[in-house]
Amino acid sequence: MQPTLNRYQRSKDFFYKAGDLTAFMLRFFREAVKPPYEWREILYQCYLVGYKSTFLIGLTAFIMGAVLTIQSRPAMASFGAIAMIPGMVAVSVVREIGPVITAIICAGKIGSRMGAELGSMRVTEQIDAMEVSAINPYHYLVVTRTIATTLMIPLLAILSDAIAFIGAYLAMNIHDSMSFRHFFQAAMAHLEFVDIFPAIIKTFFFGYVVGIIGCYKGFRARRGTESVGIAANSAVVASSLAVFIIDMLAAQITDLL
Amino acid sequence: MSEKEENILPIETPTSEVEVDEAPPEPTSDTNVQPKEPETTPVEEPVITIRGLVKSFTDHDVLRGVDLHVNKGENLVILGKSGTGKSVLIKCLVGLEWPDGGTINILGQDISTLNYSEMNALRLRIGFLFQNAALYDSMTVRENLNFPLRQHKKKMTQEKREALIMEMLDNVGLADSADQLPSRLSGGQSKRIGLARTLILRPEIMLYDEPTTGLDTGTAKEISELICSTKKKYNISSITITHDMHCAKMTADRIILLKDGIVYAEGSYEDLEHSEDEWIRTFFY
Repeated sequence: MQPTLNRYQRSKDFFYKAGDLTAFMLRFFREAVKPPYEWREILYQCYLVGYKSTFLIGLTAFIMGAVLTIQSRPAMASFGAIAMIPGMVAVSVVREIGPVITAIICAGKIGSRMGAELGSMRVTEQIDAMEVSAINPYHYLVVTRTIATTLMIPLLAILSDAIAFIGAYLAMNIHDSMSFRHFFQAAMAHLEFVDIFPAIIKTFFFGYVVGIIGCYKGFRARRGTESVGIAANSAVVASSLAVFIIDMLAAQITDLL
Repeated sequence: MSEKEENILPIETPTSEVEVDEAPPEPTSDTNVQPKEPETTPVEEPVITIRGLVKSFTDHDVLRGVDLHVNKGENLVILGKSGTGKSVLIKCLVGLEWPDGGTINILGQDISTLNYSEMNALRLRIGFLFQNAALYDSMTVRENLNFPLRQHKKKMTQEKREALIMEMLDNVGLADSADQLPSRLSGGQSKRIGLARTLILRPEIMLYDEPTTGLDTGTAKEISELICSTKKKYNISSITITHDMHCAKMTADRIILLKDGIVYAEGSYEDLEHSEDEWIRTFFY
């Protein structure tokens, strides 16, 4: 009897949390269009999300491009298709690796920061203090952060694609000699509109889920310092999972185009 | 008479047996025991009236029908053991918790009938000092005070804002801390800044949630004096939740004791101090 009750309670909790998260996510669209617009806070969050992540994203993208080239070279060489490497790298970086790796890094770096920051504000009653001062904490904290991630993660993904190209080009020149112009032209020759456009569109969704889930986990943190750690941790796990789910859906939709 | 009303002990006050549906009771500060001299005489005009307030959390009934009122210019101190719902009670007043039953009337408005924007308009007339001050830790002291002004006084010029911020900091004796981050402040300083931030919007009612908890005796006394001077200067009505009997003695016009989710006793500090009830006496000795 007890395990049945536990399962019932767990299912109830799951559906309650899923409903709460959905309502929290949808509330963003209602609140985002409502004045006052917190431009200063949005810009500050864009600075934290965008500029402060540039080095990490750039370094990862450089390594990613170089490793992809180095590891695919032997297989391509065995087919005599070394000239295809720039195209292969371009398609895989632009369509998949660039956006997904950027989003996952942001989920780890930014999602956890937002979860911990808002969780800490919840625990120390700072969110309640806003509420009782007649300041809408959702509007001030969640909307600004989510707008920042939604705008900055696509830019970071584009930057990561570009830096991955540079990494791939340098790795290509370890064994072979190829000018950057030649490498770039070979890469672009294999890229089409359906590779670039959906890849950029999906990064907006990645940015939205990273921001909103990070904020949700912090906003819903319970009392106690332990909940801050839990909020940060679950923000990373949930937003990374959400990124992969969106990526899978995007792949299915793109496949239909 | 209901069970709840029977439980309210009459502490040498003929007016403490209150009929729930009638007008709010007389404040017991005018009983035959001489209370402390209030700095501003409370006017018998209720600014907060609570009737039959009920609040539960899952399987635990925290408030089981609280009736109380606060008169204009009066400081009501609420005492009670931990977990008796004192903080929950004042959180219900500002909509941080929503009651399961009963009515709360603040400044002539029944808060259960208010929508979000009406509730926010009412919140602007109420100040809330949190137990740990709840300063925004990413902002300096100046920015903490500027934040509510930026949100609610958009037409105020930056110069006027700055002057008001410095005036409020001066009131709490921390004018030289304007550029410090909250992490650099002591507990007492944080409470003072929290009070300044709350008062900057000139509330008509103040709610103090354990204002002296965690402070040394000297600092606690300073905070209590600040509560008294704030009341005197701005003629603010207030509710103070505390365990600190020195704070209660210094600041209270009237005291309410909560026990098991209901008002157990009511009276002035002196009334309650000389009570025959053993449970009440545990607070004083």
